[in-house]
Amino acid sequence: MSVLIFVENWDGKFKKLSFELISYGAKVAEMLNTEVVALSVGYVEESELVKLGNYGATRIISAVSDNMNVFDSQAYTSIIADIAKQEHAKVIILSNNNSGKAVAPRLSVSLKAGLGAGVSKLPLSIDPFIVYKKVYSGNAFSNLMIKTDISILTLAQNSFELIETANNAGITKVVIDWNGLSVKTKVIEVQKQSGKILLTDADVVVSGGRGMKSPDNWPPLAELADLLGAATACSRPVSDEGWRPHEEHTGQTGKIIAPNLYFAIGISGATQHLAGVSSSKFIVAINTDKDAPIFSAAQYGIIGDAGKVLPKLVEAVKELKGK
Amino acid sequence: MKILVCISNVPDTTTKVRFVDDYKKLDITGIQWVINPWDELSLTRALELKEDPSNNIQTVTVAHVGLVSAEPTIRKALAIGADDAIRINAEPSDSFFVAAQLAQVLNTESYDLILCGIESSDFNGSSVGGMLAEFLGYPSVSSVSGVKVENGQFFINREIDGGKEIVSITTPAVAIVQKGIAKEPRIAAMRGIMMARTKPLKVLEPTAMESLTEVVGYEMPKPRAACKFVDSENPRQLIELLQNEAKII
Ligand SMILES: Cc1cc2nc3c(=O)[nH]c(=O)nc-3n(C[C@H](O)[C@H](O)[C@H](O)COP(=O)(O)OP(=O)(O)OC[C@H]3O[C@@H](n4cnc5c(N)ncnc54)[C@H](O)[C@@H]3O)c2cc1C
Ligand SMILES: Nc1ncnc2c1ncn2[C@@H]1O[C@H](COP(=O)(O)O)[C@@H](O)[C@H]1O
Repeated sequence: MSVLIFVENWDGKFKKLSFELISYGAKVAEMLNTEVVALSVGYVEESELVKLGNYGATRIISAVSDNMNVFDSQAYTSIIADIAKQEHAKVIILSNNNSGKAVAPRLSVSLKAGLGAGVSKLPLSIDPFIVYKKVYSGNAFSNLMIKTDISILTLAQNSFELIETANNAGITKVVIDWNGLSVKTKVIEVQKQSGKILLTDADVVVSGGRGMKSPDNWPPLAELADLLGAATACSRPVSDEGWRPHEEHTGQTGKIIAPNLYFAIGISGATQHLAGVSSSKFIVAINTDKDAPIFSAAQYGIIGDAGKVLPKLVEAVKELKGK
Repeated sequence: MKILVCISNVPDTTTKVRFVDDYKKLDITGIQWVINPWDELSLTRALELKEDPSNNIQTVTVAHVGLVSAEPTIRKALAIGADDAIRINAEPSDSFFVAAQLAQVLNTESYDLILCGIESSDFNGSSVGGMLAEFLGYPSVSSVSGVKVENGQFFINREIDGGKEIVSITTPAVAIVQKGIAKEPRIAAMRGIMMARTKPLKVLEPTAMESLTEVVGYEMPKPRAACKFVDSENPRQLIELLQNEAKII
């Protein structure tokens, strides 16, 4: 028996997200009194792979092939399913990110294993296996019982702390017969966004709404983000009107994020907006309207005009950070 | 070519969610039911593609797994412009069950492209599209932000961590869509509403299939502590609180 964790790599590197998954998986394995097997697919150097041991992986499987050239959900499903069978995985854990969402449901059918998508806590119990997940776009949570022998979970991003342990995990190499997988997707073009902190990776996010009044008012917001090492985001109307790029739109119909700190500046806090940001650990709101719903979601607030408050905030951060 | 759009019937996104039966069931009193926002956008894009004759798309069908109470939502999809609809007459008990029912439809009727939303706004399962593809052995592309047709082939934009990719895919295939697929959802015009009444809505009986998961209870989100206000003349205090109290920056 084992807990199997699919850890994605980005150009051969892991991210905080990968270590979060392993930390989480190690705790689940503890509940089940079993070992933690990390599965990496695609070429990753050994010095990078061993890092997975530092967060609790007891074994690492590195599945590689020279021909892999596209993220094909079907092919990845088949690779993970094979290893899951071989490892007698009782629980399979993936991230609730783009690739986890693409693969986990397929895996669920392939292994006939119930799926708990976007869990944000450890299982509430393991017999029966009950997980805690968001429903109604964050307006409620459900206790979901997985009735099958094997459970598949996708972990909501940024919902679990890193836990370091010194583990000397052994690495097993597995060679994948990529050509035998009859891959049906083909990459035509890749457009990478470079240099910027990814919204979905960021610990701090500074976000502006219609209360920012005009795209010309963004420089102090961007400067605040820069100083804090934060990503920038916005509400839907702001991206609809082309004030900011669509990639920045957060909310039910945009990106769903869970940073440690979210600044909502000139954002009213409509339920559809909150659906994308309410899992943030802390929310700071700046708004002229003391009754704006965003203040019910926020821990810290300033009632005031963003145009006046932002420059002062920038100065304060500069000072306190000693810049 | 034919497109199938899978639609989920969900409470309007502004609904105040409440539960009955000791937090075991959703309180449906007063709820307005709508097409899941992603599915509305999928349908919009499917219709846009059909309108360009060079894309050679003959029909856009919508499919729903649900009881007769969902028919107003299905009629709405027809009013927006779908050609016909299929309803599989069963309570959508979990994503696996729903996907299995949809797969049954596709075993008798073939479509070139099947569109599902990235998640339903009620169950937030992010599941049905991928499950359906696996049941059928079709390829699937997730996080789709654009679909177009060129020379009879589908080209799909998808979001990847830190960028975008354009991929081509062999059909039949499932595309699981999110933001970007269409700009604004199309709304039904009067003429569409009139026509919807006479468009075919086929009702199929479900196949026997178990569910793999079951909601045993609901919980409301923990109320957050009251907001602490900082004087707008002194934002420095905010930064100090974030550093010393929240210990977050
Ligand atoms: C199906 C559906 C899905 C949706 N999905 C999303 C989504 O994913 N994301 C999203 O964001 N929205 C979404 N919406 C839209 C949502 O309902 C709101 O309309 C939107 O979030 C409002 O954006 P806003 O807060 O920027 O603007 P507004 O509602 O216009 O609010 C502006 C705020 O700024 C404040 N303000 C004004 N002037 C100033 C100033 N000088 N300084 C500081 N504050 C000021 C105002 O008091 C107000 O609170 C969706 C809607 C629907 C129907
Ligand atoms: N009952 C249903 N009938 C038809 N399609 C559905 C149903 N439930 C979900 N779907 C489709 O699956 C997508 C994702 O739903 P979910 O897996 O519940 O998050 C939705 O956007 C729909 O396209």
